[in-house]
Amino acid sequence: MFAYSEEAEKKIEKILSKYPEKHKQSALLPLLTLAQRQEGHVSPDAMREIARRLDVSPAYVQSVASFYTMYTLGEPVGKYTILFCINISCQLNGCDALLDYTAKKLNIKPGETTADKKFTLRREECLAACTGGPMMRVNDTYHENISPERIDQILDSLK
Amino acid sequence: MTQILFKDINKKDLHTLAVYEKTGGYQSLKKAFAKEPEEIIEMVKASGLRGRGGAGFPAGLKWSFLAKDVFPRYLCCNADESEPGTCKDRELLFKNPHLLIEGMILCSYACRIQTGYIYMRGEFQDLSDIMDVALEEAYAKGYLGKNILGSGFDLDIHTHLGAGAYICGEESALLNSLEGMRGEPRMKPPFPAVQGLYAKPTVINNVETLCVVPYIINEGAEKYAAIGTEKSKGTKLVSVSGHVKKPGNYEVVLGTPTREIIYKMAGGIRDDNKLKAFIPGGSSVPMLRADQVDTPYDYESLQAAGSMLGSGALIVLDHTVNVVETSLRLASFYMHESCGKCTPCREGTRWMWQILNQIQAGTGEAAQVDKLVDICDNMSFKCFCPLGDAAVAPVASSIKNFRADYEELLEKMTAKAV
Repeated sequence: MFAYSEEAEKKIEKILSKYPEKHKQSALLPLLTLAQRQEGHVSPDAMREIARRLDVSPAYVQSVASFYTMYTLGEPVGKYTILFCINISCQLNGCDALLDYTAKKLNIKPGETTADKKFTLRREECLAACTGGPMMRVNDTYHENISPERIDQILDSLK
Repeated sequence: MTQILFKDINKKDLHTLAVYEKTGGYQSLKKAFAKEPEEIIEMVKASGLRGRGGAGFPAGLKWSFLAKDVFPRYLCCNADESEPGTCKDRELLFKNPHLLIEGMILCSYACRIQTGYIYMRGEFQDLSDIMDVALEEAYAKGYLGKNILGSGFDLDIHTHLGAGAYICGEESALLNSLEGMRGEPRMKPPFPAVQGLYAKPTVINNVETLCVVPYIINEGAEKYAAIGTEKSKGTKLVSVSGHVKKPGNYEVVLGTPTREIIYKMAGGIRDDNKLKAFIPGGSSVPMLRADQVDTPYDYESLQAAGSMLGSGALIVLDHTVNVVETSLRLASFYMHESCGKCTPCREGTRWMWQILNQIQAGTGEAAQVDKLVDICDNMSFKCFCPLGDAAVAPVASSIKNFRADYEELLEKMTAKAV
């Protein structure tokens, strides 16, 4: 069974108030995002719950969820998701070597989660911080102009 | 140096209403409310302001296309900033959220819109939080909500986050995403001005475009139109990234030589290397050669040089780069971001990526370069939305301008085979 947390319920109330009553389907992405944040992925149960609330079918919710890269439909992500920008501006400034460095440090490949479920590492397309490349985003925080030393500092500071 | 959008950008706490008001913030509202909405549209038309998101369509004209007498109407601010190389909207939203709100109020008043959404890419959760605080401040001060400043005009603005899809920056895909659907582009016509959000007349403008409007209302259309070139009016935020000494967002008067942006503003090439190529307007526009660096940075001149101003992302490549690697990286991006709706884009992006991968890995053959040209021809103007043409731009231009880079890799391979 999936149930939104009390905190999420408060947010949902506010989210639904943003859209005209007959277009509450607009809340689909925000509701998926809340489920993703709560459980580290979007489970079939969560999709059924969202479908029920927005009067669409669970299959429809899945078709939308599978379109967007920020939703994980498989195994939950770790406590910290590291999105590593690999697009052009970061590439020109050496992101490939830093991604390798981070993967080795965490002993996983990009796309994987550490055994202790603490970190998920992903290659990510441009995150709009091109003048600060190379960069990575850890959960909601942007880290620009990163180096091996900065990566060590950042990852070691996360509990 | 004319600074309109970045005039106070590094002022401490500019993101707060109190500081924003001290810099003259929200002063344009009273001036606007004293005029008829149509007068505002005429002012924006007269200013020559063009869309800053990528297409460069005249903003005032866009507003005037709204279907007559159909209500409600909507405003969607496109804050999906995802074009590789582009990070100017992020700086505006981060440091000066109230400027966008003020611009959205002016646009909404001009177009008789009562609901606005700011569609941000999903990764901008931090900016969405900043914007929500700014919106609350604006409501509390009576700049939003019912009967704004006693004008009788009502407006609500809400934030909305996407969830990771480059295509949602395309306006009709953005609308689908905002309606809770897959972010696939819609058939046009009908254009959003006729049937947009919830099938109602809708204005969609980029963050930067809307942020210019308060200046036009405060200072007058003539003053704005006096900046820039004959056809490219005003200033443009340019995100300079790649191999420059001082990467950053710079506010540039349109018509400034590209050389000046790269060598003066951004400090020149790293390690004093030689410039090899530059992409003037984000990954979706053709790359240009070093000998074209004197091209004035404006819509017409860049087009005449064979490229486009696009989103204003100037990506600089020095002589150490083999552009095949650059093309491969961008081909990989477009393959990942193709929504899969139409065949030439879905198949073409994948095919280009495969071939470039082989050339880069040393398993390609000479005939494949012409095959790439052929695929580009078969995608150009044949895809459902502009993403297909965007995917073609880096590949086609890299072959046209830097074919020697391809041949170098292929020759190495032939040498190995012998």
